[in-house]
Amino acid sequence: MLADSRSKKGNRNVSMPIDRNTRLVVQGITGRDGSFHAAQMAAYGTNLVAGVTPGKGGSKFDNTVPIFDSVHEAVDATGANTSVIYVRAPFAADAICEAADAGVRLVVCITEGVPVRDMLRVVPFLKERGARLLGPNCPGLIAPNARVKVGILPASIVQPGSVGVVSRSGTLTYEVVYQLTRAGMGQSTCIGIGGDPVIGTNFIDCLRLFQADEETEAIVLIGEIGGSDEEEAAAFIKEKVSKPVVSFIAGQTAPPGKRMGHAGAIVTGGSGTAADKIAAFAAVGVPVAKIPSEITSLVASAAPALKRAS
Amino acid sequence: MKVHEYQAKELFARYGIPVPPGTVVTSASDAEAAAATVGKPVVVKAQVLVGGRGKAGGVKIAKTPAEAREKASQILGMDIKGETVKKVLITEAVDIAHEIYVAVIMDRRAQKPLVMGSADGGVEIEVTAKENPSAIQRVWVDPLYGVHPFAARRLAMALARDAELAKPMADIIQKLYTLYDEVDASLAEINPLVVTTDRRVLALDAKLNFDDNALERHPDLEAMRDLDAEDEGEVRARNEGLSFVRLSGNVGCVVNGAGLAMATMDLVKHYGGQPANFLDIGGSSRPEKVVAALSIILQDTSVKSILFNIFGGITRCDDVARGLVTAFAQMNLKLPVVVRLTGTNEKEAREILRQVPAIHPAETMDEAVKKAIALAA
Repeated sequence: MLADSRSKKGNRNVSMPIDRNTRLVVQGITGRDGSFHAAQMAAYGTNLVAGVTPGKGGSKFDNTVPIFDSVHEAVDATGANTSVIYVRAPFAADAICEAADAGVRLVVCITEGVPVRDMLRVVPFLKERGARLLGPNCPGLIAPNARVKVGILPASIVQPGSVGVVSRSGTLTYEVVYQLTRAGMGQSTCIGIGGDPVIGTNFIDCLRLFQADEETEAIVLIGEIGGSDEEEAAAFIKEKVSKPVVSFIAGQTAPPGKRMGHAGAIVTGGSGTAADKIAAFAAVGVPVAKIPSEITSLVASAAPALKRAS
Repeated sequence: MKVHEYQAKELFARYGIPVPPGTVVTSASDAEAAAATVGKPVVVKAQVLVGGRGKAGGVKIAKTPAEAREKASQILGMDIKGETVKKVLITEAVDIAHEIYVAVIMDRRAQKPLVMGSADGGVEIEVTAKENPSAIQRVWVDPLYGVHPFAARRLAMALARDAELAKPMADIIQKLYTLYDEVDASLAEINPLVVTTDRRVLALDAKLNFDDNALERHPDLEAMRDLDAEDEGEVRARNEGLSFVRLSGNVGCVVNGAGLAMATMDLVKHYGGQPANFLDIGGSSRPEKVVAALSIILQDTSVKSILFNIFGGITRCDDVARGLVTAFAQMNLKLPVVVRLTGTNEKEAREILRQVPAIHPAETMDEAVKKAIALAA
């Protein structure tokens, strides 16, 4: 049986995607990035139960974590429910589908450079199986209160707390999280949704999670040029989010028609500009920081009751 | 990646989309010869990757071969939005009865390809969207099926308003989608798709953009890349695995991560400076990447100071620091360099950078940006 589609179709639940129940399988665990970050995730406290590299089944990572030839075997043997992918771009789409087909509930794809054509086929495949995809081209997520991380976000900059952070960027997220931590504003969960034009989890999905999450008291949303995900997030905030939200948009000085590093960060035909996104947030009363170092003070005034670490 | 009209038309022809015959030439005398072969009035069209060539005078009709020579000599060498015209396409001038717009794009919101059509061809779709939005027809495509024949027929009928013409038009719509899908395009546009007075349906113009992430599996398309039409620094950066976009300011920026790189440019502007570029040195930065980044930035003589803003995650700050030391040793750097390094192996990086007294250290992004602006003034 090559594809058994064992997972059941169902409504996405709205509990945070990673917590103490997370059982992680690393796809591409024997590669340079996969092995480095597998060790980092385990060291932080993530329950790393398995690795997958086709052809290397039967061996062990770090002398402790079993490696399998397929995600299906890994799930059967270890009960893995979350996967993180470090395989090369040409193989990433297949790795995502494999994880979902094996019954993994959350698939986090770190890989950068996955063709859009592949993603257009992957997204409905995962929806059919009721699995959530984060990424691709994302840093993953980290939940400091539970001490769980899936991806590459550096654990050294986070602090337990109650600010939810969601962003399309990697290092800009680190910058903002670092500033929050220095200001004593710990984080509930930080989620990097990725910089590609077609991604599995968008701002609205994360806002819905943070709104329902009891640990989260305030939300920081970091957007950038390209697409209309921020505008849609603004409309959603107006209707459904009662918790305070603060935002920042990168790319105000980006020239039109040029791809700014991220495949999705491009202003085309006058749409996707930073100005439009800032206006959309302002119109629904979401404060927009002019510069990253303004974010902490905007959070402090938007959420005066926020518990702060000393 | 973008390709020229004549290259897009080659791909159109390969997929069975009718295009008027044409010859691409690089000299006025070849233009004359090509026009003589056509034996009818021709259009001389500048081959540039930027848009708006028509308004810039880059498209001209010539009734005779001698006139084609004259028009070609006017157009060749012309500057269109910073791009020098090096090639012109000589193609038959057809008598147009009706102009139509048709394109396949990727709809990010729907996460599906989208076929767009408008009976107002020859007009930019953004203009139609603003002035006459109801003229735009949309068909979303399930990539597992492609464009259903019925959907292509309905769209063609709405555009052609003529059952006889709708048939070849539906055929073109399906072929355009197949092309878009098979070559990993991010845009496939025909504007205008024309009905001639003798009732032929022809793609008079052709525009194809490709998903850069998919070029690895299309070496034939990668070979179509026109390196002459691209910024030299951007070409070098791509070869070095860097992401670079040239701007017009004087503060050179070296940053890791696209979001942080954009935010750094924005911050330079916020504090009254002008960024010279966007540059993302990427995740795992070997020292050689830092050297390459610096040499690309330094080609631009308007750069007066260099700003490093590195937040170490996967990128290790000590790698960047070693790259800087190497660069200083190799390059005889005369410009002031401001360095802000935070995150993974930050302490080791500080130690390494002590070897280079010419570096101006900064603790925060704001401080680094302000220093770099002051030093550029």
